[in-house]
Amino acid sequence: MITFEGAAKLYPDGTVAVDHLDMTVETGQTTVFVGPSGSGKTTSLRMINRMVEPTGGAVLIDGEDVRQRDPAVLRRSIGYVIQQAGLFPHRTVRDNIATVPLLLGWRRARARARAEELMELVGLEPSQARRYPHQLSGGQQQRVGVARALAADPPILLMDEPFSAVDPVVRASLQDELLRLQRELHKTIVFVTHDIDEAVRLGDRIAVFRPGGTLAQYDSPERLLAEPSDSFVESFVGYDRGVRRLSFFPASGLSPRQDVVFDEGTSAGAAADALGGEPWALVVTGDRMPLGWASATRLAGADTPLGALELVPYGHTFAVDTDSLRAALDAAVLSPAGRAVGVDADGRVVGVVSQDDLGTALWSVTE
Amino acid sequence: MIADAWDWVARVVEWGVTNWSHPGDPERGLLPRLTEHMRLAYLSILIGLAVALPVGLACARWKPLYPPVLTGVNVLYAVPSIALFFLMLPYTGFSDWTAIVPLSLYTLVILLPNVVDGLRQVPDHVRQSAVAMGFGPLRRLVRVETPVAVPVIIAGLRVASVATISMVSVASLVGLGGLGQVILSDGFRRQFDAPIVVGIVLTVALAFVTDALLVLAQRLLTPWARR
Repeated sequence: MITFEGAAKLYPDGTVAVDHLDMTVETGQTTVFVGPSGSGKTTSLRMINRMVEPTGGAVLIDGEDVRQRDPAVLRRSIGYVIQQAGLFPHRTVRDNIATVPLLLGWRRARARARAEELMELVGLEPSQARRYPHQLSGGQQQRVGVARALAADPPILLMDEPFSAVDPVVRASLQDELLRLQRELHKTIVFVTHDIDEAVRLGDRIAVFRPGGTLAQYDSPERLLAEPSDSFVESFVGYDRGVRRLSFFPASGLSPRQDVVFDEGTSAGAAADALGGEPWALVVTGDRMPLGWASATRLAGADTPLGALELVPYGHTFAVDTDSLRAALDAAVLSPAGRAVGVDADGRVVGVVSQDDLGTALWSVTE
Repeated sequence: MIADAWDWVARVVEWGVTNWSHPGDPERGLLPRLTEHMRLAYLSILIGLAVALPVGLACARWKPLYPPVLTGVNVLYAVPSIALFFLMLPYTGFSDWTAIVPLSLYTLVILLPNVVDGLRQVPDHVRQSAVAMGFGPLRRLVRVETPVAVPVIIAGLRVASVATISMVSVASLVGLGGLGQVILSDGFRRQFDAPIVVGIVLTVALAFVTDALLVLAQRLLTPWARR
């Protein structure tokens, strides 16, 4: 547990970086510090490993003031991942990862064995062990940075905007990887970012900092999106917070309709009769893989089987068991028929969700 | 015309070969002058580096130190080398030190800024992460910042080496100076062009070989910088 007790940082020129911060970071959880630049989130993070010394108040780890401990020794017990990775350019990937174990006095062979273990954990190829950092991509460098921070198995991991210098696709995969690692390792992670989406994605708890170094709100991501404490937090989380909040509700609560789903062998006339006023029919193969939409007006009077008609592409689908309401809504909005196609883990059609059905589900969320 | 030029080259080469060394007198000939030249130049560069490294590290650590130190080194460079060689004579006589002390001082004007710039160009995120990993200030300087600065330091060494090898010749005015002596006493005073040409060619060749050795050293010392 990390406790900030009235922690403050005032610079000699009068700038207030952090103004009397009181908060507790829970053990084994990911806590995200988020805020615009100049809100003191990085300064607060660096108070934990004494890279910044508070000018007032204190920071405690498990009840002990960090100032009781030698800075270098303290830092070796806290993992740190920095923006751009901060890898040592003159050391190989393996030796970069082994840095802290070697500082702790491990034998070289043991430190290297540990480094190789970590490379596997973060998804790096063993063949990259003897490369130098400049020979890796940005995403790979950041993986090495994470492995290096974890090398001595520290209980606490500090991450200072670690993924902000890589492209969005790589960032998403690094975020997934971090979520996976955290499920295995249960570290106490403090993660700094200015990206609210990243915060919502990664955080068990989110601390929103406002300019001037004060804490605006400290809550679970869901509550942060549902009930921003004031107009600053509301504007910071974005005015589409309602839609984003849908990510926290599973699509499995929906009841996809089966009655507008037809096998490709069905004759158009029979389908038109069965539709009974519904404007679109979803055509599927014998093993229920989606083929596309047929509009009711095309079906009327046609005598061929549905599979022979020219179909409208079904767009992208959502997985009923694993996706959120947000994914279902997205699929419905992008679908040419205005309806979302729900599939199971193998991609087989479970059913169709119309905008009306979604509306009902969304309504129940807001209550 | 071409035949004349060929004659001239042949005469110069012949002079070089016959005067390469004198078996009876190891102090005479081109070879002892060449080794003297190497001794004076290399010792000056090494001593210069031995001074520039700690002073540069100190200047990078305590920033206010750097401007006055750099000004001092620059002013020293403005003192004509001949004057400095003669000023040394009362203290060091006709020993090698009369050449080595001034030449070492001159290398500082190149080496010191390179050491300081090399340390300064260590990316901030690298330095910060070294702090965060738990490197103390001294260990960080020795284990992270200095190795990362090596390519820039070696670049400075290359310039300093060529400059020093060239300047050793001037010390021939106080009776030292290696190949400079060949140029001065055998060539200039006797109005004889072969020694001058041979002296120049050997000096340039020495500079070239030294530079090549430094490039090789850089490749071996900093495999990580190869891009």
